[in-house]
Amino acid sequence: MTLAADPLVLGIESSCDETGVALVRGATLLGHAVASSVDEHVRFGGVVPEIASRAHLEAFLPTMRRACEEAGVTLADVDAVAVTAGPGLAGALLVGVAAAKALALALDVPLLGVNHLVAHVAVDVLVSGALPERSVALLVSGGHTELLDVHSPVHQGRQGVGAMRVELLGQTLDDAAGEAFDKVARLLGLPYPGGPHVQRAAERGDPAAFAFPRGLTAAHDLRRHPYDFSFSGLKTAVARQVDAHRRSLEPGAELGEAFVADVAASFSEAVADVLSRKTVTAAQERGVQTVLLGGGVAANARVRGLLAERCEAAGLDLRVPPLRLCTDNGAMVAALGALVLADGLGPSPLELATDPGLPVSTIIV
Amino acid sequence: MLLLALDTSSAVGVALLEGERVLAQEQHHDPRRHGELLAPSVRSVLAAAGVDRRDLGAVAVGVGPAPFTGLRVGVVTALALGEALGIPVHGVSSLDALAASALAAAPVSARGPLAGGFVVAADARRREVHWARIAIDGGADALADPLSGWRRTAGPAVDTPADVAAGIAGEGLPAVGRGAALYRDTLPGPDVLAGASGDAHDTVELPLDPDPGVLGALVARRLATGGELLPPRPMYLRRPDAQVPAALAGR
Repeated sequence: MTLAADPLVLGIESSCDETGVALVRGATLLGHAVASSVDEHVRFGGVVPEIASRAHLEAFLPTMRRACEEAGVTLADVDAVAVTAGPGLAGALLVGVAAAKALALALDVPLLGVNHLVAHVAVDVLVSGALPERSVALLVSGGHTELLDVHSPVHQGRQGVGAMRVELLGQTLDDAAGEAFDKVARLLGLPYPGGPHVQRAAERGDPAAFAFPRGLTAAHDLRRHPYDFSFSGLKTAVARQVDAHRRSLEPGAELGEAFVADVAASFSEAVADVLSRKTVTAAQERGVQTVLLGGGVAANARVRGLLAERCEAAGLDLRVPPLRLCTDNGAMVAALGALVLADGLGPSPLELATDPGLPVSTIIV
Repeated sequence: MLLLALDTSSAVGVALLEGERVLAQEQHHDPRRHGELLAPSVRSVLAAAGVDRRDLGAVAVGVGPAPFTGLRVGVVTALALGEALGIPVHGVSSLDALAASALAAAPVSARGPLAGGFVVAADARRREVHWARIAIDGGADALADPLSGWRRTAGPAVDTPADVAAGIAGEGLPAVGRGAALYRDTLPGPDVLAGASGDAHDTVELPLDPDPGVLGALVARRLATGGELLPPRPMYLRRPDAQVPAALAGR
C-alpha cells in the first residue's frame, strides 16, 4: 500500500476514562477533541470500568465529529486509523479498537493498534517537531508510573534497525503516582480526582512539615529496584499521620486547614522528590541528554517544578508537553501512528485483539 | 438496498442482505472474542457476496439486551461504519430477532409447537436471562411469515430463570434461545422441530442466538412497513456494578 508523503492519521484513545479523537498530519496536530467521564466516577472515588466503557460508546461519534470539524477534514480524507490497543481497561479499550477497525474497514485504510504508553512519549513530536534521538521518559498518571528509555532514530523509514525502540527501566510496584494522590485526597477529606485538590491544599502548606518516606530509595532497595517506584508505604504513612492527628482532636472535629495543607505539601514533596530523583539518575546513568514528562500527574506543579529544577542542575533538557497533551488524548495516538507509518511498521490485522497488559516494548500490535 | 446486519448480543453474527434476501452471512459463537471476530467477519461477508462496502445502503444492529462488553462491540462498529460510509444505522431488539429466528428456522408446517406463543430467553450471565414473551396473532396463518404476525407482549427484562418460569406458569409457553437451553429444567421448550419431510429423523434445530440474516430481514421489513426500530444504543437493562466506597457513602 502506498501512502501520501504526509499521511493524515486519525487517532483514537479509550484506555481509561477519556475518549480522545484527533487528526495528525506528519508532526502537525490539525484537530483534537476529548470527552471525559471523570464526573461520573467522582462518587466512587476512582474509575469504574463499566461506567467508563459505557461513556466511551456514548461519546465516540460526537468526539470524532468535533475533532474532524476542528481539523477541517472529513473521514474520507483519512489515510490511516491509529488506536490504543493497550495497556488499559479491557472493556474501555475494546470500544476504541472496535470503532477503529470499523473505520479502517469502511475507509479502506491501514489500522494501527499502538501502545498507549509509547503514545505518551510520541506526543512530543507535535510540540517539538521530532522526538529526541534518545530520551528517558517519565510517565505518571492515575494508572501508570513508568520510567522508559526511548530510542527514536531520526533516520526513520528503515524497518527494524531504524525504527523506534522502547525499554522499560522501572515502574511502580504498587500504586500509580496519580492513584496515591487520589488515596491521600480521600484520607484528607478532599474530592476525587485527588491531584488538583491536593495541589491546591499544598500551596498553603509546609513541604517539610512531615518527613514522609521516599519509597525504594534506601541503599538496599536501590540495588534491586534502581528505577522502580513504590507509593503504598507513603500512603500508609499519611494515613498514620491523619489518624494520630484525629486522635488529638475532639471526636467529629475537622482535620483543620493548616494540617491538611501541611500533609498535602509534604506528601507532594515526597512524590516529586522520588520521581525526579530517579528520573535524573536514570538519564545520567544511561548517558541520555533529554528527559520527557507525560501523563496527567505532569499537571502537578511540584512534580513538574522539582523535575525541572533537578534536570537543569544536572544539565539535562526537559520536555513537558502542554497539559492537554499530557493527559490521555487522541493526538498522542495519532502522533505515534504517524511515527510507526514513517518507520514502515504495521498495519495491524483486522483481527487485532486488545491487550490490557501490553508491554511497553511492543509499540504496534 | 444493500443492508449490513450485525448482532453481538451473544454470538458474533454478520449478514449482508438485498431487501429481505440474504446474500451472505457468518456466525461465530465465541463469547470472549467479539472484538476480534466482528470486523474480519464483516470483511469476509462483503467479499463472499462480492459487494463493495461503498454500495451499502444501511446498517442494522441488534442492541440487546445483552451482557455489556460484547454488545458494545457491535453497536460501536455499526456506528462507525455508518459514519464513515454516510449511511443510516438502525437498531433492533436482539430478542425480537431471536423470536423471528426461531420461527424462521423451521418450515411452516413444523411451527405448531410455537403457535400458542413462546418465550425467548438469552443468557444474561450471573444466573439470569434476558427474556421476552411473544404472542402469535391470528393463529396458523400468522406463522407463515416469521417477520410479522407476532408481537412482544412482555419484556425485554432481566430475571432469574425461576422468576421467568413463575411468570409464565399456567400459560405453558415453551422457551427458546440460549438462555432457555442453559436452564432447560426451569424453562422447558423444544430444542428441535420436525423437518419439512415429516420423516421422524428429519429435524431442525432451533437457534440459540439471533440469526443475523433474519435480524437483517426483520429490519428491512420494519423499514418498509413499520414496526419497532430503536436508536443504535445498547440496551443494558442492568446498572453498572459499582459500589460507593464506605468512606464516601453519605456524602
